Amino acid sequence: MPGKLKVRIVAGRHLPVMDRASDLTDAFVEVKFGNTTFKTDVFPKSLNPQWNSEWFKFEVDDEDLQDEPLQITVLDHDTYSANDAIGKVYIDIDPLLSNEAAAILSGWFPIYDTIHGIRGEINVMVKVDLFNDLNRFRQSSCGVKFFCTASIPKCYKAVTIHGFVEELVVNEDPEYQWIDRIRTPRASNEARQRLISLMSGELQRKIGLKVLEMGGNAVVGYLQCFDLEGESGLVVRAIGTACTLDKLSNTATSLLPPCSSPSKDLKEVPFSEDPNPVTHSSGPSTPLKNQTYSFSPSKSYSRQSSSSDTDLSLTPKTAAPFPEGPRIFLFPSSPPLSSSSPFHKSTHLLRSEALHSLTPPHSGYVSPVCLRKTVSFNEELLLTASGMGSGSGGKDGGPLKTLYRQQTQSAFEHREFPFFTLTTFPPGFLVHVGGVVSARSVKLLDRIHNPDEPETRDAWWAEIRQEIKSHGKALGCHAVVGYSESTSICEEVCILSASGTAAVLNPKMLQDCSMEGCSEHRLSRQPSFFSTGSEKGEFDFFLQCQDSASILGLDDTSSQGCSFCHIPYDELNMPFPAHLTYCYVCRKQKVPDVLFTTIEPPLEAAVTGKGCLIQARLCRQKKKTQGEANATAISNLLPFMEYELHTQLMNKLKLRGMNALFGLRIQITVGENMLMGLASATGVYLTALPSPGGIQIAGKTPSDSSYEQHISNMQKKINDMIIKNREIYEINPPEILEELFGSPIPESRQRSRLFRSQSESSDDVSELDLSHGKKDAFVLEIDDADAVEDIHSLLTDAPTPAGFYSCNTETMPGINNWTSDLQMFTSVRVFRLNNVTSLTSHGLNKAFSDLCENLLKTLYFKLRSMVPCCLCHVNFNVALPEDELIQVAVTAVAITYDKDQAQCIAKACTDRTLLKASTENEDQLQFTLELCMESQSSQSAVHFSPSKVTGITESGNLQQVTPATQRATSVDYSSFADRCSSWIEFIKQKAQTIRRGSIKTIVSLDKASPLTEAHTRHRSPVSCTTSTVTVVEMTPLSFIPGAKITKYLGIINMFFIRETTSLREEGGVSGFLHAFIAEVFAMVRAHVAALGGNAVVSYIMKQCVFMENPNKNQAQCLINVSGDAVNFFKDADVESASSQPQTSGLQIGNGSGDVVT
Amino acid sequence: MAVELDVFVGNTTLIDKDVYQLWLDGYSVSDAVSIRIQSGILEQSGATPDVLESDTMDHYRAFQMLERLLHSPPKLINQLLFQIPPPMQSMLIEKYYTFDEPFVREVLGKKLSKGTKKDLDDVSAKTGITLKSCRRQFDNFKRVFKVVEEMKGPLVGNIQQNFLLSDRLAGDYAAVVFFANNRFETGKKKLQYLTFEDFASCAEQLIQNWTLGAVDSMVDDMDVDLDREFLQDLKDLKVLITDKDLLDQHKSLVCTALRGKVSTFSEMEANFKTPVSMGAIHGNHQKLHYEDVPRVTVPEAS
Repeated sequence: MPGKLKVRIVAGRHLPVMDRASDLTDAFVEVKFGNTTFKTDVFPKSLNPQWNSEWFKFEVDDEDLQDEPLQITVLDHDTYSANDAIGKVYIDIDPLLSNEAAAILSGWFPIYDTIHGIRGEINVMVKVDLFNDLNRFRQSSCGVKFFCTASIPKCYKAVTIHGFVEELVVNEDPEYQWIDRIRTPRASNEARQRLISLMSGELQRKIGLKVLEMGGNAVVGYLQCFDLEGESGLVVRAIGTACTLDKLSNTATSLLPPCSSPSKDLKEVPFSEDPNPVTHSSGPSTPLKNQTYSFSPSKSYSRQSSSSDTDLSLTPKTAAPFPEGPRIFLFPSSPPLSSSSPFHKSTHLLRSEALHSLTPPHSGYVSPVCLRKTVSFNEELLLTASGMGSGSGGKDGGPLKTLYRQQTQSAFEHREFPFFTLTTFPPGFLVHVGGVVSARSVKLLDRIHNPDEPETRDAWWAEIRQEIKSHGKALGCHAVVGYSESTSICEEVCILSASGTAAVLNPKMLQDCSMEGCSEHRLSRQPSFFSTGSEKGEFDFFLQCQDSASILGLDDTSSQGCSFCHIPYDELNMPFPAHLTYCYVCRKQKVPDVLFTTIEPPLEAAVTGKGCLIQARLCRQKKKTQGEANATAISNLLPFMEYELHTQLMNKLKLRGMNALFGLRIQITVGENMLMGLASATGVYLTALPSPGGIQIAGKTPSDSSYEQHISNMQKKINDMIIKNREIYEINPPEILEELFGSPIPESRQRSRLFRSQSESSDDVSELDLSHGKKDAFVLEIDDADAVEDIHSLLTDAPTPAGFYSCNTETMPGINNWTSDLQMFTSVRVFRLNNVTSLTSHGLNKAFSDLCENLLKTLYFKLRSMVPCCLCHVNFNVALPEDELIQVAVTAVAITYDKDQAQCIAKACTDRTLLKASTENEDQLQFTLELCMESQSSQSAVHFSPSKVTGITESGNLQQVTPATQRATSVDYSSFADRCSSWIEFIKQKAQTIRRGSIKTIVSLDKASPLTEAHTRHRSPVSCTTSTVTVVEMTPLSFIPGAKITKYLGIINMFFIRETTSLREEGGVSGFLHAFIAEVFAMVRAHVAALGGNAVVSYIMKQCVFMENPNKNQAQCLINVSGDAVNFFKDADVESASSQPQTSGLQIGNGSGDVVT
Repeated sequence: MAVELDVFVGNTTLIDKDVYQLWLDGYSVSDAVSIRIQSGILEQSGATPDVLESDTMDHYRAFQMLERLLHSPPKLINQLLFQIPPPMQSMLIEKYYTFDEPFVREVLGKKLSKGTKKDLDDVSAKTGITLKSCRRQFDNFKRVFKVVEEMKGPLVGNIQQNFLLSDRLAGDYAAVVFFANNRFETGKKKLQYLTFEDFASCAEQLIQNWTLGAVDSMVDDMDVDLDREFLQDLKDLKVLITDKDLLDQHKSLVCTALRGKVSTFSEMEANFKTPVSMGAIHGNHQKLHYEDVPRVTVPEAS
């Protein structure tokens, strides 16, 4: 069934001069969709033409509507010669296809030319009339919503999370077609832009079909990537999580009962019903079956360790028949170097072999490095393992847990890949986290039989996903969350990588749950997550994994935020060596000593102190070779790189006195003669995990005194550093008296001290505070120059300057009072390494490390005016465009936070809660407002507090919820108030909101942006009276601090190519790229504004491919960005928008009384 | 290891006012870096010189891209390329169009031609302002002059509308345009002691009271050209210069008229001079020589 697309061209402005003689332009516009083209009249001799065209109507299939971009070309009319193109605008009309999206797209779009950049602007209006298609065999999937946001978008609630969707589309790259030899660069670039736009439209449509098939209506965590494979084609692939989302209506939010009795929850705890309504054949859902497969855990364990031992001698001697053998690595949640082994080298090997020993049986290829016996876990075995694990591990409520696991498992059996691209989950969704699982595979692109068909690539990815899945199982987990995929291509070699976090999820939540956007939780004023489930007549399995203490009415572990740290695997049959201790919060369950994950810190996580960005950087040289030899060389290097990155991460983590990593992202980039590894993560101190041990340095056995002196100096430096870092990050874990708890952990401080003084060669260090040494210390051997360098590099990481924090997660644990002052930025650097071959590997490492450090330093300097602030979602991208060039691109957002508030809040909630708050720090007359999601909501409440509210305030749009214990509920939840500074402020904002109601696209500056809002008072009246530009915020985060997202307007997915043949004239490479990035931002902003939005959330620059040829004075750059267009209101505005604040919502006044002092 | 490319682009364009001033003052990147180092910024921020250089480069690049837009400020307000908060936009415009006192004293009243532009290196040498900065200021004069030259309506208003300047700066530009159009010689030795401010307020009075615009509000060049009738009348005033007696008589008459009405009467009386002493009027090239007009106009204004 067709739809009708209507386009109107209104006007142009700031057009370039196309006719030198008159200094004017005779502009007209061509509007093209599919194969139909319309033209406007020529508007002669003007740089600001007013076409005011009729509505051009295109009658098209909805399939085309999804695939095709609307193409608007502005041309200069020439009577005698060919008309000159001024530039183009591509408009993705997909956001208009959803029924709840914007009805019209209207606004000024920059006219873009791939050679000249932005040349003026054009005002366009686009509408779509869509007829519903109920044909079962339709090929279109209009109406399926796509979100880049890797969490349930605010203002929606998830009815069901269906699971993983993926798709891949291949086409010939126009740049490599024969026709490219004869066409102009402009034509070639435009062909490419158009093709990619078409392909991503097609991809989205196909994924949409899959979602509809699954019964969903949306994709969250949608991640689309381009692989420019060169000769073999152009691949567009995407992954995401299919969901059924419900738009939250105000009534639904506000009418939820504020609280439900815990007894109700408990009543429902017995898991009566099968979580999965569809029965699946997979057996092991019954305990019986498990028992048949039971085996001795100790045996399995020894098998694994024996494999490690015997592999010591095994190095890849033969070239593998399949150089593209899969590489699988498991990042265990515990450090590999757990003993003070004197054989440093051998530990390395041991470790890497241990990593390999987990190669799963499904792998069709034999990897060259894995020519050894592998521990073959088969699925049954694993199932048993996990079943037994819970049986033996859970001393209390063990059987329940076992059964629960099996049920969970069955819920997942039917999924081919139980993966979730989400990184943030509603409370209670995540039950346990196992650790990071990752898989890599090296492929040769010139070996693809049918380059134009997607089959081969599909098979590649399927293989990798299979590996990931089996790794998850090895960790006793049935699902992988925070899942992502990436590639790195150099010539014909391609590394495919996938990684995620093995986890145990709450199956109930998956099937049909009442998962809501977290802010809604907050708004419905529920003390903790499980009340949500209960009032919908459902229960949470979550409770079951708590120990029986919770059932007995003791402190509930869920509210302590430790359950996700508890190991999901069997402690007697651990997939890797790890130290387990009893959880430091609940003291009942076992936890690993270190936890690595790719997800955001869960809301309920109890974090001590603040987090920080931790990076491991590595550069390895390789010989320049071709084909299989090259692939083999890379395959051989990969495990060592992974291992070294892991060691670096672990060292740096310990150096900061932390014990967990979130948002871990390991990028391995392949170049002609180098491999680069960059691992970024946010380190935090999880209260539930044991305090990390210090780092010990051990020297060579025969040593002279000066050497020992040197060692002890270094040791002292390291210890000082750890202490300093603990101060910086405010890590003061509450001392737990072990006697009190009667902990069975067979550790004592005495012992660790003893150990230390033995291993340390000098006395002055033994006086150090050993509070971080509750367990055996982490030992670094200095047996060669390499190790010395390692330690040096450890110490040379410059600390972040005062007033700055940085993390690569969305929010910084421990900081909770963001202001609305934010600055998103992209920084790109290209370095030339001179004489790569002459550099030692450590020289190379150091160069790369310095590069990253310097880049960070520059960022801190640039953003110094925002102090105190935090760089969030710091995302590094490394590329090796040429032999000796390293390109690093960073995108992040700097958010200012309120320092004074930070301190008082930090003290208030260090040990328990993690609360995101945004406060306006105005100390005069204050009144607090409490609002529900929608402004019309009747539940909004106001109360006045004559004095300063000292409690914690929370801004509405933030997704974090306080997993507060129930007794604390009244305090925490009553303080979701935001403050207006004064009545005058209030009235002013109200006035603004009223004005805003009129026209969306032409909003004057002072209304739309929080940034400008702040400045409104002291701006000069002259300058902005005429402005029609909407301020659009861009942020890589899924939320906007101090504001409420009210509407999602559609996904933004844009691809641009820019080329120049006058590089010097445009200010060299820097000038060229600076202008291009600014142009890309401008085009994104214009599209968002045209949709009626004022922000892009979950913004990401997925690709930035830069190529230059200075000799020819040429350069080319490709940029791919995406994000979600949204409309947000500043909290203050929303407050004033609710018209009857005083009359309503007095019901929460009592609760607030606790806060108001 | 060499940095080949180094860019930083913010969604909201970051602008450092100090660096902007250095750029406006015409310093090269390396000069600007050393000036910034001297300012002690490294100690404050703990940064290294290369960080500072990278930052300065970024800013300079951004300013270069902005300069095109600054040439027509309304464009800057409506452009989509750089997202700049309105107060920052006004600051950029205001500072870009701000000129240096020593410079304007050199150029005021001169024809804004290519010839004058060629002589800017002399001006630069004399005033100590970099040539680059001199050129920017000269081009600003010329640009404003060209835009408002043929416009109807009040001069200050036109300048404000087309260049979005503050009242004060728009007034100053009006003076510059007025002087350039009428080619009043301000470089004479006798006038050296006068500041630009003096001339500006003089121009303001002239525009208000003695131009075409003062007579008829809807003519071309209303604020730029002097009223012809007034010029005729002015010729008659010549006698005041030639005849001392008449001058004294004029003085006593004025003083009598103002006595009691003006608070600063005695001061004014002491300083009384001919408001406008005409040298010569040669056809279209009116040349006015005046002395201390401001001092007389102060009481008039009050």
